[in-house]
Amino acid sequence: MNTAPFLVSFAKYSSIGIVLYISEKERKRDKRIRVSQPLTRGPSAFIPEKEVAQANTVDERTNFLVEEYSTSGRLDNITQVMSLHTQYLESFLRSQFYMLRMDGPLPLPHRHYIAIMAAARHQCSYLINMHVDEFLKTGGIAEWLNGLEYVPQRLKNLNEINKLLAHRPWLITKEHIQKLVKTGENNWSLPELVHAVVLLAHYHALASFVFGSGINPERDPEISNGFRLISVNNFCVCDLANDNNIENASLTGGNFGIVDSLSELEALMERMKRLQEEREDEEASQEEMTTRFEKEKKESLFVVSGDTLHSFPHSDFEDDMIITSDVSRYIEDPGFGYEDFARRGEEHLPTFRAQDYTWENHGFSLVNRLYSDIGHLLDEKFRMVYNLTYNTMATHEDVDTTMLRRALFNYVHCMFGIRYDDYDYGEVNQLLERSLKVYIKTVTCYPERTTKRMYDSYWRQFKHSEKVHVNLLLMEARMQAELLYALRAITRHLT
Amino acid sequence: MHCHLDAPANAISVCRDAAQVVVAGRSIFKIYAIEEEQFVEKLNLRVGRKPSLNLSCADVVWHQMDENLLATAATNGVVVTWNLGRPSRNKQDQLFTEHKRTVNKVCFHPTEAHVLLSGSQDGFMKCFDLRRKDSVSTFSGQSESVRDVQFSIRDYFTFASTFENGNVQLWDIRRPDRCERMFTAHNGPVFCCDWHPEDRGWLATGGRDKMVKVWDMTTHRAKEVHCVQTIASVARVKWRPECRHHLATCSMMVDHNIYVWDVRRPFVPAAMFEEHRDVTTGIAWRHPHDPSFLLSGSKDSTLCQHLFRDASQPVERANPEGLCYGLFGDLAFAAKESLVATESGRKPYAGDRRHIFFKRKLDPAEPFAGLASSALSVFEMEPGSGSMSWFVDTAERYALAGRPLAELCDHNAKVARELGRNQVAQTWTMLRIIYCSPGLVPTPNLNHSVGKGSSCGLPLMNSFNLKDMAPGLGSETRLDRSKGDTRSDTVLLDSSATLITNEDNEETEGSDVPADYLLGDVEGEEDELYLLDPEHAHPEEPEYVLPQEAFPLRHEIVDTPPGPEHLQDKADSPHVSGSEADAASLAPVDSSFSLISVSHALYDSRLPPDFFTALVCDMLRFYAEQGDVQMAVSVLIVLGERVRKDIDEQTQEHWYTSYIDLLQRFCLWNVSNEVVKLSTSRAISCLNQASTTLHVNCSHCKRPMSSRGWVCDRCHRCASMCAVCHHVVKGLFVWCQGCSHGGHLQHIMKWLEGSSHCPAGCGHLCEYS
Repeated sequence: MNTAPFLVSFAKYSSIGIVLYISEKERKRDKRIRVSQPLTRGPSAFIPEKEVAQANTVDERTNFLVEEYSTSGRLDNITQVMSLHTQYLESFLRSQFYMLRMDGPLPLPHRHYIAIMAAARHQCSYLINMHVDEFLKTGGIAEWLNGLEYVPQRLKNLNEINKLLAHRPWLITKEHIQKLVKTGENNWSLPELVHAVVLLAHYHALASFVFGSGINPERDPEISNGFRLISVNNFCVCDLANDNNIENASLTGGNFGIVDSLSELEALMERMKRLQEEREDEEASQEEMTTRFEKEKKESLFVVSGDTLHSFPHSDFEDDMIITSDVSRYIEDPGFGYEDFARRGEEHLPTFRAQDYTWENHGFSLVNRLYSDIGHLLDEKFRMVYNLTYNTMATHEDVDTTMLRRALFNYVHCMFGIRYDDYDYGEVNQLLERSLKVYIKTVTCYPERTTKRMYDSYWRQFKHSEKVHVNLLLMEARMQAELLYALRAITRHLT
Repeated sequence: MHCHLDAPANAISVCRDAAQVVVAGRSIFKIYAIEEEQFVEKLNLRVGRKPSLNLSCADVVWHQMDENLLATAATNGVVVTWNLGRPSRNKQDQLFTEHKRTVNKVCFHPTEAHVLLSGSQDGFMKCFDLRRKDSVSTFSGQSESVRDVQFSIRDYFTFASTFENGNVQLWDIRRPDRCERMFTAHNGPVFCCDWHPEDRGWLATGGRDKMVKVWDMTTHRAKEVHCVQTIASVARVKWRPECRHHLATCSMMVDHNIYVWDVRRPFVPAAMFEEHRDVTTGIAWRHPHDPSFLLSGSKDSTLCQHLFRDASQPVERANPEGLCYGLFGDLAFAAKESLVATESGRKPYAGDRRHIFFKRKLDPAEPFAGLASSALSVFEMEPGSGSMSWFVDTAERYALAGRPLAELCDHNAKVARELGRNQVAQTWTMLRIIYCSPGLVPTPNLNHSVGKGSSCGLPLMNSFNLKDMAPGLGSETRLDRSKGDTRSDTVLLDSSATLITNEDNEETEGSDVPADYLLGDVEGEEDELYLLDPEHAHPEEPEYVLPQEAFPLRHEIVDTPPGPEHLQDKADSPHVSGSEADAASLAPVDSSFSLISVSHALYDSRLPPDFFTALVCDMLRFYAEQGDVQMAVSVLIVLGERVRKDIDEQTQEHWYTSYIDLLQRFCLWNVSNEVVKLSTSRAISCLNQASTTLHVNCSHCKRPMSSRGWVCDRCHRCASMCAVCHHVVKGLFVWCQGCSHGGHLQHIMKWLEGSSHCPAGCGHLCEYS
């Protein structure tokens, strides 16, 4: 009943979107006219279908989990890809189910709307579509879907924090929190705010995963009517457009293609081994350690900026796309994006010292206090992803990958300006090759720009499941970073 | 006494002589001398131009044997020792860079001069001999990060370590290969532990799960002997010297106070220090044998010395009263002894008897004896008296709406009478008389109803003779006729409900039993008054349990038709004591019986019902006060607009909620819904508008149908089709349990009237009943 008006407007929007898109496309490169079909079938555009399906048929457990926790009641593409790591999938689904469906301070439709807002920051059409459905199913007001100006002021107020969290979480201060919770007509209570923050962080991070793993739009002809199909396609076109654009653009700095991929792996193994041994004898001075962190921070700056130039030569096209796409309805200030933490050197934002505000000691207690039980679920999830290992690397077995996992995790935090005193950031440099850094930076900071090329270019010897594992790490590291900043601001507001 | 530090502190430690304290943090490392009135900065150990991460301290400890020796744990994983005896400005002594991750804790051996232990985030504990350049032994917890390590105070070789996954391990310093003992102490990280300074077996642990637990380690399996629940995660725990059961805790988040607990009293802290404005990060008792000085460092960049006698004691503010109902109506009540002492002198509550009365045996040695001791009394319900069947019956049988007022009142009066609740019955009758003009009263009922009205004068009585009645109101008094008790003032009230007017009786005994009359004069016009009839208390007064309801009464009806002649007769009778309402108190009768006459205010049939509104409201309040909120609400509903405006919204709401709550406890869902529906209070009618969703599962795929009740999103089919009209059923769906075909209730009913076979044509012989 109440979906009807929405669909109409949706269709209107999307038809405009697609027309514009095609015309742009024709102007820029008249080779391809329509890209309405996903490049690969199956849940992911990056991963061959059989890789996922193969694992899938084996796994009874996954099906059970989906039955238990999935909100849509079906095995969506995210779940399918994640089911490569069933252990993790369980804690992921459980926490997601809890924050969407179980007792919490926010009403159900609001939760989905917040998810939409979060996903919209990264133009993640996949998640938006999914939650538009859920939003309507849980009794949300269809009018809200017309854009931010149609929602209550209260939800709209969340926009600022959404924007900051998604792109520059270090800018969140207690003033932002105060503004939201100060008494008034549209104020947020602290538990509500924490719930919202958890949702935002979760969906920002999930957007990273969706783009990072090239999740394909859900194909469900039975449920989609004509309108929906178009809109879905419109969105997915955006995703794939990146890929097409980059096809001819040469990636700079990548040493792949020069080094044989096999020796690449060997080299990595070698480096890991060396690092492990080195530790005992070589001691870097404190100054050096600090410099290494700064260097890593700085370097992360160049990592993608060079790359963005190439992958997005037509900036006008990008702008058009953002403006015309449906997604921008849910956000304000679409131009606001990630800005390198290091670049702001002039103002010298204080580095976030991880030891002063850790998830285990501080974040957990606060979150659990204000939104009971979510702390345990998130804690389990973080722990799970951090400790998940099969002791394999590509073809090698019995490898301790702790070092590699820690490097990935800390590198993500590094880009958000979180520093671990007890970590030697020189390791990052040794362990993560440039193409991987490019990929990490893109996935965590500008996930919407991820391309299959990037996905393929790093760790070419590694299995897809291992790359999904990387994505999981990136996603959780990002979520934790966002949460830490937001919770620290809330703590400061409280004291 | 406190002093401002330049930066947030992470940990503090006290020198052996209790005269100096060291404060360490990310960007502070200083020694302060503790003087009489203030802290004096003595030494800044943070030297060198470039701040090194080695100086970013997570923990600091001062050797308890050697006052020149300190150790710090740095956030970058370095363990540093400091020798204050060094002549140079830089007191740094040794550097151990063996840990890969942040070192959370360092600990000196309590008696050995050169042994230092460290626990780190990387999951290892290392034991250093300060005479050597590197560690002597490494202990692997085989689990997650180490949060705390503590040498046992008595056992030379033993130390305890706590872990992020909730485990506590006990190690022998000589055996690095495996731990002696391991157990899970907390849910989530165990942030801290502390050995009891005297009791060699006791170990206190504090965790993120907001608990402090005290373990007895002497037994074969670690036994939890005490558990204190705090309000935030426990960051530090320190036994209070010289006080066997006291320990101090501080929290890592949210809560900035320091608490001192008596572990035997785990609910209220014995003392509380509230000076800090940000979380307290380090606490230390100043002297190992002085329980009165506590030092603390905090993230708010202050160092404080707290005097125990200045602490605020939450116990003083605690409320030592408690009241609780048991499952079967027993009532437990704890109160200050002084209160109970006076109360126990009183007459026990009628119907209940105090079953148990006991007092906690207090150990005079306990420090908090007498601070707040309370006595607990338990009242037990007499079997049967707690039965609420009358409530259920009444609730089910009352008619609240849908009929004319008179009928409703009659019906309800009848119900009440059948349940033996005569006072209530009378009230209903009275209401009917008040609100339905007498002309409408059907003749056959006339006498009856008037009689009822007259013997049910309680509410009216109240208001007319409020002065007299006030003491009697609500008091539980037994009428014991056999004793010839003539306490007319108190008896009066109850008697109005309990006594029986027996016209015949009066006729027969009239000669020797002069009745008393109470004449309530409203307007001073005698002919407009109903006369009160003398009522005789019935000789066979039963033993009553619930005073106002449980009296099985027989009502004999006074025959007082509202005819002027009759009234005149009565009025003319010598017993009429005039037209003073106040004079209505009973004249004691000199008979062997205690004759209680209940006088009834009379009313003018021509008076508008409004006149009585105040009385009715009083009556409702009276019932509500008595605990019979059922009556109050029922009357409120039945009378509707007539009285509603005179009772304030909140009271009404309160009554409604109590009644609904009661109904729901008795599972009277229908009645409660009816009440909700009939209520006019907005807050109440909202009750039924919340969570009105009914969730259904699809009959094919068994998944919940989330969007609409009749179409399944998964299998895309309509879940329930009517077998008769082949349309989707969107309301009541009835189906045969034999063949599972069904449809619209109306259709199926109609179909089965004409046919006995299933409408779907499956051949099943369906039955509809």
